[in-house]
Amino acid sequence: MNDLLALPVVLPLLGAAVSILVGRSRRAQRIVGVGVLVALVGISTMLLVEVDRHGPLVSRAGGWDAPLGITLVADRFSALMTLIASSMLLVVLLYAIGQPGAERNHVGFQSVYLVLAAGVSASFLTGDLFNLFVAIEMMLTASYVLITLGGRLEQVRAGMTYVVVSLIASTLFLAGIAFVYASTGTVNLALLAERIPELPDGTRMALAALFLVVFGIKAALFPLHFWLPDAYPTAPSPVTAIFAGLLTKVGVYAIIRTQTLLFPGDLPVGLLLAVAVSTMVIGVLGAIAQADVKRILSFHIVSQIGYMIVGLAVFTATGLAAAIFYMVHHIIVKTTLFLTGGLIEHHGGSSRLDRLGGMVRTAPAIAVLFGIPALALAGIPPLSGFVAKFSVLAALTDSREWWALAAGIVVGLLTLFSMVKIWLGTFWAPPTEDLDGTPLPPGTEPFTVGRPGAPLLMMIPTGVLVAAIVAIGLFGGPLYELAERAATDLLDPGIYLLANGTGP
Amino acid sequence: MSILLAATAAGLFAIGTYLVLQRKLSRVIIGLGLMSHGGNILLITAGRRGRAPLIGGADPSDFADPLPQALVLTAIVISFGVTGLLLALAYRSWLLSDDDEIADDAEDIAVATEEHHDDEIGDAATLETDAVDTIDVDEDAAP
Repeated sequence: MNDLLALPVVLPLLGAAVSILVGRSRRAQRIVGVGVLVALVGISTMLLVEVDRHGPLVSRAGGWDAPLGITLVADRFSALMTLIASSMLLVVLLYAIGQPGAERNHVGFQSVYLVLAAGVSASFLTGDLFNLFVAIEMMLTASYVLITLGGRLEQVRAGMTYVVVSLIASTLFLAGIAFVYASTGTVNLALLAERIPELPDGTRMALAALFLVVFGIKAALFPLHFWLPDAYPTAPSPVTAIFAGLLTKVGVYAIIRTQTLLFPGDLPVGLLLAVAVSTMVIGVLGAIAQADVKRILSFHIVSQIGYMIVGLAVFTATGLAAAIFYMVHHIIVKTTLFLTGGLIEHHGGSSRLDRLGGMVRTAPAIAVLFGIPALALAGIPPLSGFVAKFSVLAALTDSREWWALAAGIVVGLLTLFSMVKIWLGTFWAPPTEDLDGTPLPPGTEPFTVGRPGAPLLMMIPTGVLVAAIVAIGLFGGPLYELAERAATDLLDPGIYLLANGTGP
Repeated sequence: MSILLAATAAGLFAIGTYLVLQRKLSRVIIGLGLMSHGGNILLITAGRRGRAPLIGGADPSDFADPLPQALVLTAIVISFGVTGLLLALAYRSWLLSDDDEIADDAEDIAVATEEHHDDEIGDAATLETDAVDTIDVDEDAAP
């Protein structure tokens, strides 16, 4: 069973290579891509079941022990994240195959997508800080290619900003690894968890702060979030959907992993709480000011990341369980919303609110597919967002953080406001501008571009995700209990250390 | 760790940061390269100094620490690949627009100067009065 750990990393890389080799036949490429991701979902499920029953799994590459070898570790948190990530990757790939766009026009799309999958899985399953760096770089390089796919000027410009900011974050990460190695002599997470508490206070706090900054850039925390709304909206919809769902969550995963395993209690509680609350507030205020569906959704990513980090900031079992549950909920909801954004753009020809209108009559299916995730994002029962937000707010109440609680409630209301704004602009009111920007007289009937509705292969994956959102909302108990078990593991690293062969 | 290496790394980071804040992408790329080399120097100096860590070269306790050197090799290769991608982006931008400046986001500027109106929330009957772009300064009913 331990040998299964390497598969989520190796299988997509092999698939990427095969995908290039069979590049002439699009059908073969699709079979390879979908096949690999289906296998990945299966393996992740097996890993999660095994880890939940028997504790963390550890695999040492090449048989070499730490600190010389690279270890892959799967505990409940990692296995859950890997499962959700592979499911999202599969669903979005099916959507991309159905969309007349990026996947059909570029031979390398499937291959780069599989490299992204390998990078995401590797960053969730790694037990080594430098391997985390390599995995994140693998993921980022694939994302650089995907975000500039098409080579249009706006994409190149957005891509430039994104690549430069990510490279700066990577350089800081490298410096952080250098400092950690210089002070402790290892980069293996389990060994670090033992050696870091022996360092002087100031060094520990500096290292914790440096890693918070590095992963905060990746996760789009305030004040490091500026790159996200500029870079994400210009990519094709399935690409933005997978970025929104996964890339920032890898940053949040890294923050949670390092702050619980390596630096528990080294950062002042107020700092993390202040950062998280500002992220929530700034994100939603930015979303309200926008007039384009994708930009509004991108700002919401920033805002929701704040909710997850708030769960980490209170550092209790309920807080961490809420953060983990929120991550799962948000990955699914955000991906669905961006996929629906793609459907809106496919049907209405634009993603600007003033050029869309009246789609509740011309495309009622898309209206439903948007309405449910939008309400879930805002936290309306009985959807997944309600359970997630409620658990975060309950954790805040338990820790008596009243300001954060008030901010969380207000931000939830403002999120609902901006979702309603999208609904009014896209589905309810008639369009006020033509597709090229000339104003229309009021009362114009809504028009459709291309075929009404959208291809089945775009609607069905979105529908599956919407069903998942409803299911988590109604039957989320087992998932929440899994999150609670994962959170207790995070707070008590003894189990992790024991599995790695180190520890008390 | 010698003061010279520390100063070198600091200097590279400083120059790299200055360059990264420039407008032209070609300067930013050079700056990123310098910053990543600063990081690599930090990583090398994190390990012990000594003889080259080759099998049969000398007594193993005299060896330099090989682990950070392996890490630096990986980091150099990664930054090499991404620099290649950035250069391709710069070239593409130059082909398309004869310039390789990092542009301000047009949407950000539009939102900041309030060129958008929340028409979809307002009443349909008031839509026409929102399109005001001339200001009557001296109240004589002419712009």
